[in-house]
Amino acid sequence: MIPLSWYLMLGAGLFVIGMFTFLVRRNIIMMLISLELMLNAVNIMLIATSHYMQDMRGQILAFFVMAGAAAGVAIGLAILIAAFRNRESANMDEFDLLKG
Amino acid sequence: MSELRLLTPEIVLTVCMLGIFLSGLAIRSKGMLGLMTIAAAGVTAYLVPSASGTAFEGMFVADAYSSFFKLLFMLTLFLAVLLAIGSRTIREEYATEYYCLLMLASIGMMFMASANDLIILYVGLELMSLSVYVLTGFQRESRWSNEAAMKYLLLGTFATAILLFGIAMVYVLTGSTSIAAVALYVMTGGNTDPVLGIALLAIIIAFGFKIAAVPFHMWAPDAYQGAPTPVTAFMSVGPKAAAFAAFGRVLVEGFGAAWAEWAPAVTILVVLTVAGGNLLALRQDNVKRMFAYSSVAHAGYMLLGVLAGTIAGMQAVMTYLAIYAFMNMGVFTVMLMLENGEERSAYAGLAKRQPLLAGAMLIFLFSLTGIPPAGGFVGKLQVFLAAVDAGQTVLVVVAVIFSVVSAFYYLRLVGTMFMRESEDSVSCSASKTLLFAVILTAFFVLLLGIFPSLVLVG
Repeated sequence: MIPLSWYLMLGAGLFVIGMFTFLVRRNIIMMLISLELMLNAVNIMLIATSHYMQDMRGQILAFFVMAGAAAGVAIGLAILIAAFRNRESANMDEFDLLKG
Repeated sequence: MSELRLLTPEIVLTVCMLGIFLSGLAIRSKGMLGLMTIAAAGVTAYLVPSASGTAFEGMFVADAYSSFFKLLFMLTLFLAVLLAIGSRTIREEYATEYYCLLMLASIGMMFMASANDLIILYVGLELMSLSVYVLTGFQRESRWSNEAAMKYLLLGTFATAILLFGIAMVYVLTGSTSIAAVALYVMTGGNTDPVLGIALLAIIIAFGFKIAAVPFHMWAPDAYQGAPTPVTAFMSVGPKAAAFAAFGRVLVEGFGAAWAEWAPAVTILVVLTVAGGNLLALRQDNVKRMFAYSSVAHAGYMLLGVLAGTIAGMQAVMTYLAIYAFMNMGVFTVMLMLENGEERSAYAGLAKRQPLLAGAMLIFLFSLTGIPPAGGFVGKLQVFLAAVDAGQTVLVVVAVIFSVVSAFYYLRLVGTMFMRESEDSVSCSASKTLLFAVILTAFFVLLLGIFPSLVLVG
């Protein structure tokens, strides 16, 4: 039996990788992917804990997180397409009208 | 089934939203659909106070706290619809979508106010945030609106992911996601666990993003400036109030016994937010952006009430939010009425051209500064008193000092309105709806300032 702490470390590690990627990469698609990685890292932690504790709440929350992430990415890509039509760029550094 | 009765306001608003969504196929009039939305908000507000109790094994709670916030959300929704009817940026053919998104965001906010479980909190937060992202990018052809929505979505989702990390940590520790279970765990000696510290930090950072506290405020000025002005008015009040409702319940009710653990982090947030918001607002030329920073600073004052960690502190925050809703909506309505209202030049000589509008703006600006008899004074006083009672005297002194700094940029705009001559004739919207919204908000800002007992909670 793999101990729970291993799953939690895996989840935390993936979360940190996602966070780092989000902060470093400037391409919006990559930033959306790294957000997805962060959310799925949380899902691993939730589901592993849920299994070890024999409690359903974690798995239920994981389903909500998946639905929320899917909706978020759908809206993110829709906004990106609208922005791309006006600007021809998916690079965050070129979104520089608003500053100060 | 009887538990569903507690959710009547939410269910009614959802059904009305679906109804308006369908009738949008036949009715294309912005005013008509707006009236239907206002009616839905009115019915929901009427149903809110009668619901009381807990449902779904304590996951959902309807009490005086949540009722107050729900009424506040319905008020925000009502004013946001008035702004949409009077504004030309919200085009007639997109009216249905606009109102439905406003209502969806309001439903999400209502669930956040009633959440007694982190799962409900997350679902409500997602529903609110996703709707507001779309609203921010509502002017599809505008590059500013696109950019604002993109930045808001990326940083907002980032904050949600951090919140989920915190929730997962809480779940690992307590084996439950209920706020009552968290409170029990903390009270029985769990507050020294370092993992709990990580969970608390993640939750505070995530809510710091949602209420736009410095240093997690960077999305706010961009999103507020780029969004269409009616949306800015809505999102500077509604989502902020909802985030405070949930933040207050999680911190004060859930982690109340671990006050000594979270107080240092929140103290840092308060100092940075009050200082950063006011100082950055000083150097803004764009009026809309200035008010974005001003709303960051106001989140700092309200955070002071949360920091008190007492029921009196949260009551002060609620009073503050109610007054803040009127004054901030009022400011953005005036901005919407003026052509080029984002530019400082639009306000030059306003007192001569539009005495009524300038008078209302004067009331809002005095209120935001915290000068009696305007309502903002009462709000600030309540929050500061609660913080002093909780022993945060030094922080209150800091907040008062920066509140004086804020007078500089608010009163500079008053100076522009009353002292400067207008260079050219800036036209002003003739919309009766907007004028009604301005008069209504100005009236309430004064009324709550003169008779504060109307809104004092507790």
